[in-house]
Amino acid sequence: MKAPDFDYLRPETLAEAMDMLSRHGEDGAIIAGGQSLLPLLNFRLAGPERLIDIGRLAALKQIVDGDGFVEIGALVRHCDLASSEAVARAFPLLRQAVGHIAHPAVRHRGTIGGSLAMADPAAELGACCLALEAEMSLQSVRGQRWVRAVDFFAGIYETALAPDEILTAVRLPRRGPDSVQIFSEVARRRGDFAIAGLALVADNHMANPRLALLGVADRPILAEKTMALLANNMAAADQAIELIGNEIDPAEDPAYPPAYRRQLVRTLLRRTLMELLP
Amino acid sequence: MKTLRISLTVNGEVVEREVPARLNLVDFLRHDLGFTGSHVGCEQGACGACTVLVDGETVRGCLLLAVQADGCKVETIEIMEFEDLRAAFHRLNALQCGFCTPGMLLSAQELLQAKPKPSRAEIREYLSGNFCRCTGYQAIVDAVEAVARARGG
Amino acid sequence: MSIGAEVPRDRAKRLLLGRGRYVDDISLPRMLHLAFVRSPYAHARIEAVDCTDARALDGVVAVLTAAEIADAVASWRAEHKLFPAMAAPEQFALARDIVRWQGEAVAVVVADSRAVAEDGAELVAVTWHELVAVTDAKKALEREAPVLHDDMDSNLAFTTEVASGNTKAAFEKADHVVEEHFRFHRHSGVSLEPRGIIAEFEPSENRLTVHQSHQTPHQQQDLYARLLSLPEHKVRVICPDVGGAFGLKHHLMADELVACVAAKLLARPVKFIADRLESFLADIHCRDHEVTARMAFSPSGEILAVEVDDLFNAGAYGQYPRTSIAEGNQITRLTGAPYRHEHYTANLRMAFLNKSILGHIRSVGHPIACAVAERLVDMGAAKLGLDPIEVRRANYLHGDDFPRTSVGGVEFEYLSLRGCLDKALTMIDVPGFREEQANLRAKGIYRGLGVGTFVELTAIGPEYYGQGGQHISAQETCLLRLEASGDVRCYTGATDQGQGIDTGIQQVVSDTLGVPLAAIEVISGDSALCPVGGGSWGSRGAALAGEAALRAANTLRRNILSIAAGLLQKDVAALNIEDGTVVEAGISHMTVAEVARIGHFQPYAIPDGIPADLTVVERYATKDRLFLAGNGVQIATVEVDVDTGIVTPLRHLVVHDCGRILNPLLVREQVRGGVVQGIGSALYEELRYDDDGHLLTGSFADYLVPMAGEMPDIEVAHLENPTATSELGAKGAGEAGTAGAVSAILNAVNDAIAPLEATIAEVPVTPPRLLKALGQI
Repeated sequence: MKAPDFDYLRPETLAEAMDMLSRHGEDGAIIAGGQSLLPLLNFRLAGPERLIDIGRLAALKQIVDGDGFVEIGALVRHCDLASSEAVARAFPLLRQAVGHIAHPAVRHRGTIGGSLAMADPAAELGACCLALEAEMSLQSVRGQRWVRAVDFFAGIYETALAPDEILTAVRLPRRGPDSVQIFSEVARRRGDFAIAGLALVADNHMANPRLALLGVADRPILAEKTMALLANNMAAADQAIELIGNEIDPAEDPAYPPAYRRQLVRTLLRRTLMELLP
Repeated sequence: MKTLRISLTVNGEVVEREVPARLNLVDFLRHDLGFTGSHVGCEQGACGACTVLVDGETVRGCLLLAVQADGCKVETIEIMEFEDLRAAFHRLNALQCGFCTPGMLLSAQELLQAKPKPSRAEIREYLSGNFCRCTGYQAIVDAVEAVARARGG
Repeated sequence: MSIGAEVPRDRAKRLLLGRGRYVDDISLPRMLHLAFVRSPYAHARIEAVDCTDARALDGVVAVLTAAEIADAVASWRAEHKLFPAMAAPEQFALARDIVRWQGEAVAVVVADSRAVAEDGAELVAVTWHELVAVTDAKKALEREAPVLHDDMDSNLAFTTEVASGNTKAAFEKADHVVEEHFRFHRHSGVSLEPRGIIAEFEPSENRLTVHQSHQTPHQQQDLYARLLSLPEHKVRVICPDVGGAFGLKHHLMADELVACVAAKLLARPVKFIADRLESFLADIHCRDHEVTARMAFSPSGEILAVEVDDLFNAGAYGQYPRTSIAEGNQITRLTGAPYRHEHYTANLRMAFLNKSILGHIRSVGHPIACAVAERLVDMGAAKLGLDPIEVRRANYLHGDDFPRTSVGGVEFEYLSLRGCLDKALTMIDVPGFREEQANLRAKGIYRGLGVGTFVELTAIGPEYYGQGGQHISAQETCLLRLEASGDVRCYTGATDQGQGIDTGIQQVVSDTLGVPLAAIEVISGDSALCPVGGGSWGSRGAALAGEAALRAANTLRRNILSIAAGLLQKDVAALNIEDGTVVEAGISHMTVAEVARIGHFQPYAIPDGIPADLTVVERYATKDRLFLAGNGVQIATVEVDVDTGIVTPLRHLVVHDCGRILNPLLVREQVRGGVVQGIGSALYEELRYDDDGHLLTGSFADYLVPMAGEMPDIEVAHLENPTATSELGAKGAGEAGTAGAVSAILNAVNDAIAPLEATIAEVPVTPPRLLKALGQI
């Protein structure tokens, strides 16, 4: 299990990185923390001609505690996310979720941008971004564009990123002071990829609920029907729990059949809603 | 094969080498530099046998390219000075074959530095990315707990 | 006395410093690296292998296929003369014509580095013709199933019946019968250090030197000599530090043999280190049984009869040289063995199918025999409305039952089952647990308690492989060499993969000889240096190599005292050695070092006619006794999340009797490690294949091993009833944890879900399986 041969480029600035990507995007791969890419290379499941290592771009390592939003640079590591006070204050959901990502040594290298760009359907942060109505900053020599999380994820390991684009930051709108944010997942062992997970974000009395699910489709998804049913209507909890299992359509999986994942999301939602009961 | 020149500090010494771009850090440490204390168990970041410190933090040596460590400070089990931790592992038989042990020690030391008085559950949680096939993990938890106590945590 | 003391291991200090030396840490001049081209199909015909592009790659030194190595290495058949009817199809180091399991190697690339070898392997173009794969024993034995091997009429590799009493009549007469159909899935040893070898050949001397991560250097020496047509004394197998083995590393593996062939053909050192993917694909696997079993009870709960039918999903071939039969054999002989009953029938059918070869991994067959019987006992107790713990106590073999040959044909010198159970019950408050259990159930929390009684077969006797025709030593020899300084070198045929047998032997020699531990160095794992022996497998080190060491130390002690008596003009019977000094009634006369110095440098001072050898050799083997049986009881409590199917182990305790314990510190954690492996197979570990025989669990992301976060603390206690078959009195201890853990966990899970009218008899107990059993999905 040794990686195939590739070339390695390390831009020092974002402009340089975008320039490299404009030339090599089609047969190159961006590497940030490498915690998802390296296993793929070692297994020879990926074989890029060259790696473009954006790991040194200091501009992408900032957390901006902005007015009405928090902007998290793509190179912010999972461990930084876990220890950031700004993140903890505004988005307790992220802190809860990050604790489920792998193990300390992986969290020291893995980045939010890397995780989102890899778009593993069972990854925690993608679902959190959906629930938190994040917008992703995509930059290239052609310019910058902002893409909503719901439009960013395009399928298993697929995103809206064009070959020449870099995911540079994630912008999260602040929630109201009474915002509810609960993350939960089921994994066999600590740090494993979840079999299924759920991120709930809502305002007081289940206003504007957003229910994002991971591990149950080819990408993180919103349970929109269940969201609609639950909106301002905690009384519909039992129906919502039933509905959310029917709303999803998990793929066949020899280890975890679809019926099992349906059962898990029902359980996760029931337990999440129970936390909200007075 | 594409190669690059890198310069980094390994166990206190500046090292300059021409390495293949595809070479991962743990293979570089083991086979180019002879620091064979870190081991290779899965090459996908799951087992923790390749754990080393980069700029003072534990990382998976199999999930980092040597070229990514260019300019970094890398430390391995061979120079770690935590004789109390080693002694506790020895006294309590917290290792058998020893293959996981270097990674286990580095993770345990990091935990104890961040949290001087961890509970048994916290020790288990922190070490849950380091696979040991020989012990029942219990002696390892005992050893870490004993060191925490002895260090005054 | 150091025997019985908690002596930490010397070797561990080096490992803690990161100064271990495992095979992959060794590098030799001009060393080459291997990467195999493996079959992506479970069953296929090889129509062509085109190595042109691979050979042209810069850095590739050679590409070898079956044709290129045909003259350099012999084929083999996994035969066992105790089971002459067992099919033993011919096996080759690299597949010829047909591949019969996914991962079987068809070619090997030899290159300057592993990375380049893998580059080359990608360039080898194999033309395959896929054949229908047989991946399930039941289907494999159907009349219309494709037959794997040309020289067989069906895929039935072996069938046998073990019978005692009149089982049929006993079941017909019985008032109560319980029956269950069990499925035990396939898993493996999964040592953290994968298999690995460095082979080096010196053509001018016809000499093969091998460094291999292995348990049995002498077995490998014999195999490499015979298969490569080399004189045995020109083959040396060295086992350096071994990063875990668990039975995985006491077989012949074709990959490693190919490394030896490549080294011979190229006359350059060759290294092969299995990566994790090829470990899961091509390591020896274990278990994979479907068992249907019944137990008959009297109204008072007396066990009357047991019937077992084991359908064994073996691999594509028998494992060499030991064959694959042992797991089925143990199940058919051991199920229900702790209990007194007269009527027993066990049937075994072993089927070849298109999966990796199955062999002996820790606690061969035990976990299954144990889980089947223990589950049936719980079911019987429930049916009769009796306390399962009391049903066990009443039916355990005890007291006057010994010595006894079990209905399955296993000899028991003595089992301390009641004692172990009683001790266990002092460690856990069962009535208190039951009360808490009832309270929690009212709140929707489901906890359960399970008991697992196990018999542990250790220290296999020479008859099994001796009569089987395998060149595997069940005799152990110890060579002690008193150096001129008075220090002692101890050469043993046992090997140490971390269990600490080196330390155990050191303790035996220290006590017996009367010299400090620090004066003794144990040397093991080198087929050229160490006396011919069996290595370490089947929990044989302490019982066999320990006894051999005791005998050798007695002899050396006698010689030292004889020399001292001669020099001192004393009666030898009055002298003793204490702490490295020859003493008489507590008064020191001379040190062992002085005896050694005179013995080696001034032997003229020693009177003639006394035994004065300072290098001594003694041997030990059991006779007419296939095993030394230990025993014990495990109790597990678990919590079942009935909405997610996740099972959380809560408490786990083991009371174990392995005879005399050399070193409780080492035995305790070895038992715990065994328990964790047992919990792994009960809850997590499974090598899953699809219907076409493709492995679905080729990485640590899919094959789940138990990690620290989910494992409970494991309380271990011991009873010590030494075996009278040896002076040392030790039995083996390495199987116990794994043998009993599956049964305790399975019973605990079933106890937890009993109020929901559900049962489960399939392991691992995965969340979907559990929710299915609960009718949730």
